[in-house]
Amino acid sequence: MAEELLVPITSDVDVVSARQKGRELAAEAGFSSGDQTVIAAAISEIARNILMYAKRGEIALRTVMNGDLDGVIIVARDQGPGIPDVARALQDGYSTSGGLGLGLPGARRLMDDFDVVSIPGKGTTVTMKKWRRRHA
Amino acid sequence: MEVPILKQGLYLIASIQSALTDADLSALREALIERVGKYRARGVIVDVTALDVMDSFAVRTLRDIAHMARLRGAETVIVGIQPEVAFAMVQLGLTLKGVSTALDLEEGLAYLDRQGQERLERVRGRVTRG
Repeated sequence: MAEELLVPITSDVDVVSARQKGRELAAEAGFSSGDQTVIAAAISEIARNILMYAKRGEIALRTVMNGDLDGVIIVARDQGPGIPDVARALQDGYSTSGGLGLGLPGARRLMDDFDVVSIPGKGTTVTMKKWRRRHA
Repeated sequence: MEVPILKQGLYLIASIQSALTDADLSALREALIERVGKYRARGVIVDVTALDVMDSFAVRTLRDIAHMARLRGAETVIVGIQPEVAFAMVQLGLTLKGVSTALDLEEGLAYLDRQGQERLERVRGRVTRG
C-alpha cells in the first residue's frame, strides 16, 4: 500500500495542489482519466470548504486495496467551527457561505463512499472513497 | 498565473493555459470586464481547453463573467470544455445555464459572428420599418 500523502490547505494555491496530487494518485491506482477528473473535482470542493469555513486544515490521500477492488481514500480534516447540521449541509443548494451550496452534496455524488463527522467547535472530518474493479 | 487576453477585431479571447486558483479566476473576471469597455468589445471567448477540472467556484466565475459582460454589451462564449470535465460537472450538479458554449475556438468565433449578424439585421429591420 502506498504511503499517505498529506496536503496542508491554507490558501487557494493548496486547493489546486491537492486536486493535482489526487489526480496523480488516482492515475497510479489505475483510474480512467474520467474518474481522475471526478476525484480531482471532489477534492477541489472539499478543499475549498476547508478554506471557506475553517481557514486551514489538511487533506490526506492514499490508495487502498479491498478484495478485487482498488481505491483511493481522501480524508479532509479541519479544526474549524464544525457543521451544526450535517444532514442539512448534505442537501443541494444549502450554503451558509453564499456559495452555490454544491460543495458537500456535489462531492458526495462524485464519490462512492462519503462520510462526514463534525463536532461543533472542534472541527470536521470528511472521508471519501472511490473504487474500481481490478482487472486480473 | 495570469491569463493572456487577446483582442481580435471586436472580440476578446482569454485563453486559459494551466490550472487556475480562485484568485486567478477572480482576476480574469475583473480583467475581462474592464477590457470589454476599454476595447469596446462585442464578444468574449473564454477558452477552457487546458482546464482539467471545473469545480463550483470556476463555474460560478465563468457564469459571472458571461452575465457581467452581457450587462456591458458583450456576448460571452465558453469554449473547449473537455468530455471528462463535462461529465464531472454534471455529476457535481453544475450547469452553465444562460451561458453560451461552443466546442472549440473556431466554433466560438463562428457563434459570435452569427450573433453579431443577427444584431445587425435586427437594427436594419427597425430602420426600414421606421
